[in-house]
Amino acid sequence: MLSSVAERIYWAARYLERAENTARLIRVYDSLLLDLPRGLDITWYNLVELNSAAESFAERYRVQDERNVVKFLLADADNPISLQTSLKWVRENLRTTRDVFSPEVWELVNELFYFGRDEVAQGLGRKLRYEFCAGVIRGCELVNGQIAATTSRDAAWRFLELGRYLERADMTTRILDAGAVTLLQSPDLQGQVNLGQIVWGHVLGSLGAELAFRRRVRMRVGGPEVAGFLLDDPDFPRTLRFCRERVAEAIRMLPRSKGVLALLEEVAEVHYGIEGIEDLGQRFRDHLNELQIRIATLHRQIADTWFAAA
Amino acid sequence: MGAGALAEGPAQARPAAVNSGIVSVERRAQGALPRRTDDMALAWKNYDGGGFFDELISSPGNARAPARRLISCLAALSDAEIESRRRMAEAAIRQMGVTFTVYSEEGNIDRAWPFDIIPRTIAARQWREVEAGLKQRLRALNRFIDDVYHEQRMVADGAFPAEVLAQSKNFRPECRGVSPPFGVWANICGTDLVRDERGRFFVLEDNLRVPSGVAYMLENRAITKRVLPELFENETILPVNDYPSQLFDMLAALSPRKVRNPGIVVLTPGIYNSAYFEHAYLAQQMGLELVEGRDLVVEQDRVHMRTIAGLERVDVIYRRIDDLFLDPEVFNPDSALGVPGLMRAWRAGQVAIANAPGAGVADDKVVYAYVPRMIEYYLGEQPLLPNVPTWLCSDPAQRKHVLAHLDELVVKPANESGGYGMLVGPHATRKERAEFAERIQADPRNYIAQPTLKLSVAPTLVDGGRLEPRHLDLRPFVLQAADLHVTTGGLTRVAMRKGSLVVNSSQGGGSKDTWIVDTEAR
Repeated sequence: MLSSVAERIYWAARYLERAENTARLIRVYDSLLLDLPRGLDITWYNLVELNSAAESFAERYRVQDERNVVKFLLADADNPISLQTSLKWVRENLRTTRDVFSPEVWELVNELFYFGRDEVAQGLGRKLRYEFCAGVIRGCELVNGQIAATTSRDAAWRFLELGRYLERADMTTRILDAGAVTLLQSPDLQGQVNLGQIVWGHVLGSLGAELAFRRRVRMRVGGPEVAGFLLDDPDFPRTLRFCRERVAEAIRMLPRSKGVLALLEEVAEVHYGIEGIEDLGQRFRDHLNELQIRIATLHRQIADTWFAAA
Repeated sequence: MGAGALAEGPAQARPAAVNSGIVSVERRAQGALPRRTDDMALAWKNYDGGGFFDELISSPGNARAPARRLISCLAALSDAEIESRRRMAEAAIRQMGVTFTVYSEEGNIDRAWPFDIIPRTIAARQWREVEAGLKQRLRALNRFIDDVYHEQRMVADGAFPAEVLAQSKNFRPECRGVSPPFGVWANICGTDLVRDERGRFFVLEDNLRVPSGVAYMLENRAITKRVLPELFENETILPVNDYPSQLFDMLAALSPRKVRNPGIVVLTPGIYNSAYFEHAYLAQQMGLELVEGRDLVVEQDRVHMRTIAGLERVDVIYRRIDDLFLDPEVFNPDSALGVPGLMRAWRAGQVAIANAPGAGVADDKVVYAYVPRMIEYYLGEQPLLPNVPTWLCSDPAQRKHVLAHLDELVVKPANESGGYGMLVGPHATRKERAEFAERIQADPRNYIAQPTLKLSVAPTLVDGGRLEPRHLDLRPFVLQAADLHVTTGGLTRVAMRKGSLVVNSSQGGGSKDTWIVDTEAR
């Protein structure tokens, strides 16, 4: 496989995953804010921060309100991490690797791109936002399903897996961080509402993990259980452990993989034990941040090994 | 893309055919239910080609044999049904991502491919004759190119003027003495054909550099099958989809290494090229890598591509990059599209390039005028397909004629394509003609002139769901390695604007599916 093709496939997968996660995040935040008691200073702006996009946001918007944040994340073609941008890059990268995927994949990606572009107004207002986000998520999963059903399990597939699970791992750390920061920012409500349960429930929801969590953990939703599940569950396809194992498998099957594999093992070594609620404070956030840095390092090693072009 | 041919013609085609759809609306307004026959959208009985040769009908109300079933089938569809099929085609094009790129439009690089759902038909028996003429022509052209880069016998024998060659912009001295496989330089040729008012086929030009359009031919058929499947049930329409495998076999035959799986790649200038869609489409259809210059590297006169496992040998390059961008060591040193050292590897016989560098020497509107002579000179045969009569401005007597008849002629620069830089005499102003006369005087070698042809038309669905005649041409594709192969039909391009003769997609052209119909198989 051409190095340049491998690179495009990898990025197509990352952007597809990012688009889906962005839609999930907004859908769940919508519902989270409705459940929170009035007067809590939890803002939509958290979504900008957890995507490390504060600078890019500040260049274009002054007011950090719902309208601007949603516009920035869904519709803003100048925002490098917006849904628009992600879908555009999925399409551009697939357009240049059309010789790898079945024509149906390309057709679905086209449909998804046009849906995201032409119907985005739905997502900006509250009324149809859920429908819009659901449409994007469905579109992404259709693409993934079509790819899974029609792509040979050769190098192309491995780079897809690599891109998808690396991006997903990164996003899971960010969503966990969103939960942690929301609770750190909240005043002590002294039992008025179980804020932790609301927030961690929504963290699970944003990853579509409620059902899997309940089956596995069999107890009420609490911070340590949710965080532990999303870090270490071996079976649910959005946990860090699951992502790491899929990444490792993809790497092992590729040529010249020694260096990347060694680096991945270093990532796996970072362990963070969670005993109780006190383990979900600033130290937890630092740990998540460290994971994000290691994921970025791994990405660079992947690029140097397989994508490097003169 | 070739220049659109031009026809004299009334400034406007005849008034639009009366639309029975409008009649039925009036009846509805009066409360009467329209009868099924009144609700037919396409007024075939009233359609008139307007004095031009019409591809589908011989006279109003009379379909030509290969179009008979097509028309009766379409005529049975209601107004609303036709409109819904048209929309289906539009949606299919968008969904399939069939696009072409327009250079001038910033930001919005892709446009959906403009497509008319009514096919154009040609009888299989007639097509076989055209096919023979196309093969004959390409054989002669390849003999000429090979001669030009070796002994130049045709020039020595006085059958081809030395100064035409000396002044050719597409002659590449770097290619002298090279012998590509089978002595064939132009492995893929896109020949533009037009028909006159009597329906005779003429060759308008031979595209021998990087001809494009074949993917659109294939996609047009795919779209028609999707939106009008019933048309294929009762008719023997010859399939077109063997082209990618023919192309693959031709490319594989060029490999210098005789191995089971030669390394074959499609070399594209990249996503911003107007034909990128086609490059990707063909690579996918043939299961080949689509590469850009930076994916390739030459080491010790051997070409390799950079892969995730290291370097991999390349034997054959189907290039869609112009000569001058192929190799910065030899041609344009600033080109980032090409591959340094590629020409060395090619000259050393370590890699085959299709079309071979330098093949464009015969793709020149002045050289074109000599093709009938090449056929006689190299093959000892009479041309089966005629040229459009052509005056060469380099010849003083012919130049005089051209300058005296500028208001009747179409004047074209020898080396432009895409329909740019032409003068359409009958449609030009006095001032434009005077300016062009000066240009011709200043650089006579660069211009040729042709009569304004009465290009053929075919019924085309226009705004409001009416049928109107529109001018069209045809670009078949011819392959040559050890053997020759011609596409079944080709790409029909349509000038979508009323009365217009410019069929180029970059200038408002559209296209139609082209059917070669075997009427004897019924």
